[in-house]
Amino acid sequence: MSTVASQKRGFGEVLWDYLTTVDHKKIAHLYLIGGGFFFLLGGLEAMAIRIQLIKPENDFVSAGFYNELLTMHGTTMIFLAAMPLIFALMNAVVPLQIGARDVAFPFLNALGVWLFILGGILLNLSWFLGGAPDAGWTAYTPLSVTSPGHGVDFYVLGLQITGAGTLMSGINFLVTIINMRAPGMTYMRMPLFSWTTFVTSTLILFAFPALTIGLFLLMFDRMFGSAFFDVGLGGNSIIWQHLFWIFGHPEVYILILPAFGIFSDVIATYSKKRLFGYTAMVFATILIAFLGFMVWAHHMFTVGLGPVANSIFAIATMAIAVPTGIKIFNWLATMWGGRIEINSAMLWALGFIPSFTIGGMTGVMVASVVADYQYHDTYFVVAHFHYVIVGGVVFGILAGLHYWWPKMFGRVLHEGMGKLTFWTFFIGFHLTFFIQHFLGLMGMPRRYWVFLEGQGLDTGNLISTIGAFFMAFGVIVMLVNVVYTAVKGEKAVADPWDGRTLEWTIASPPPHYNFKQTPLVRGLDPLWIEKTEGKGHVTPAEPLDDIHMPNSSILPFLMSVGLFIAGFGFIYQVDYNWAYILLFGGMAMTLVCMLIRSLKDDHGYHIPKVELEREAD
Amino acid sequence: MADNTNSNKADSFQKQKNKEEMQKQLITFALMILFTIIAFVIVATGVMDAMFVIPIIIVLALVQVGFQLYYFMHMKDKGHDMPAVMMYGGIWAAVLTLAGLGVISWW
Repeated sequence: MSTVASQKRGFGEVLWDYLTTVDHKKIAHLYLIGGGFFFLLGGLEAMAIRIQLIKPENDFVSAGFYNELLTMHGTTMIFLAAMPLIFALMNAVVPLQIGARDVAFPFLNALGVWLFILGGILLNLSWFLGGAPDAGWTAYTPLSVTSPGHGVDFYVLGLQITGAGTLMSGINFLVTIINMRAPGMTYMRMPLFSWTTFVTSTLILFAFPALTIGLFLLMFDRMFGSAFFDVGLGGNSIIWQHLFWIFGHPEVYILILPAFGIFSDVIATYSKKRLFGYTAMVFATILIAFLGFMVWAHHMFTVGLGPVANSIFAIATMAIAVPTGIKIFNWLATMWGGRIEINSAMLWALGFIPSFTIGGMTGVMVASVVADYQYHDTYFVVAHFHYVIVGGVVFGILAGLHYWWPKMFGRVLHEGMGKLTFWTFFIGFHLTFFIQHFLGLMGMPRRYWVFLEGQGLDTGNLISTIGAFFMAFGVIVMLVNVVYTAVKGEKAVADPWDGRTLEWTIASPPPHYNFKQTPLVRGLDPLWIEKTEGKGHVTPAEPLDDIHMPNSSILPFLMSVGLFIAGFGFIYQVDYNWAYILLFGGMAMTLVCMLIRSLKDDHGYHIPKVELEREAD
Repeated sequence: MADNTNSNKADSFQKQKNKEEMQKQLITFALMILFTIIAFVIVATGVMDAMFVIPIIIVLALVQVGFQLYYFMHMKDKGHDMPAVMMYGGIWAAVLTLAGLGVISWW
């Protein structure tokens, strides 16, 4: 922080720094800003949905606009909020946890974040360009093929661009975790968040291609006159559902597994205990990932796959409850007998356990085929997946943000406001979604823009909307907290929580090279081991020497801008010939940048040993 | 002199290994060309039914993929466990998906 105070940099300089950065810590900030912005946007859409449903036959929004709202709420929250926020934490923490100086491919990392941001902007520009996508976040065909206007085109191109970024980042984390662990950091000594990041990246690698293919097919059907999903011309519209859910179900685990990792680290730290059943936790994570690929058709029980297929997928789905249950009990056992410190990060973890367990329980309920024929497309399902995604993923992200905020920004979030955020959001969350189980059981269908009076749905919807306002209040308090902390928050020490893992061995925020000397890891929870049976700080594994660092580059940003422009070209070439200029121009821009990247040798630079020695004084 | 003999020894060991490696590469290369010729010949001459030709070509192709990965791309050597795990994982996920879709469509 002293450098910031002593040499105030101009806004332009900071902007250029972030546009060209390849530093994983700054890329984490970019993911956080981008993901946070889209989270607020998705939240606004959710508020509009809840206000529309506050009373029977409300006319707050029109039917068509309601469709756009619900589609964009789902798409934004999954692809543009939850995933980037998780990537923000992964980028901020994983290289530090495994004792690395950066990710394996810093350039690729920057490309990933810019593809996400520009893809997200492309998708959301549809609001101003003739209407947002309106075929649901699942974009089921034939509705999505026949949906008029360019809304679904924006969905296809926006997600294709963001998806490419996600795939790259996934591969990047795989390579980083396999190759860049510090000496002594064996696989079975990695903190759980690093483990879940690793498994999640595998899921991204295997699951995202299915989405890419599905989106390409949809793009060709909508823009180039093919008929993959057109039954009239020999296509098959069910294929979209398969492709979407072959991606979509692993996607659910892509979201929740990192949250599991965050809770494992948070609960172990604030219970002052080694994580109970570490090995079981690791294998449960792998088992969930493994089973996650065999259950996609449980989203399609009512499609008519037949009793055999339905039964197989139902049983596979219920099997996932076993490793998840192992995890729940391990967290409880970690806290058992621990010296528990309850602060805002730990509150989110404590709130998560019952909330997520309810979500898991309703998950087993909807996994039962016969019962699912009743639940399908009702608010029961809406309640179920909000319990797992808000109660699991969002709570996890918020726990992680409160826990790692000092490491990311060098200041500790205000504790009082953190607790206020938790209680209002937690109460609001249960008010909003618990009642929706019963609305669903009473037969209220998903995605309808009005409901009728006198069907017993009025009170439940009113309560649900009131809950949504509580959640909005909690988010606003969180924002105030962030601003307050940035301005006059308490400066963080290197290890504010009496931590256990490597990220707490270096300054908050860490210097841009992370570790002056690569640490030597002597076991699980390396810092804790040194605290209890060592000198209190981690032994270096190498003598002080020059540090090799990558150069900043504007190319990732320009490549993404090229694809962003080409996206508009693809969308509008259907109507106007001039759009081909955008299409070819944008693609050319990206390809030229790739060519420059390939031909220009960039060996990075070295931080000389002398300078590092001087900094130590 | 003694030092020299030693280094020569190590060198000759390495040389021997390189020679063996080269031999293996050449043999695999020759086999791959042979397989390709066989595949072309059985299709061009029409000596077999399509029912036999297709599985034979698929088997030959699989063996070639194996050669490519294990010999040319060195997956048989040490330190390739993780790529192997990831590749077989990916193949598993793909096969599972295709099998699932197949069962659903044709059972």
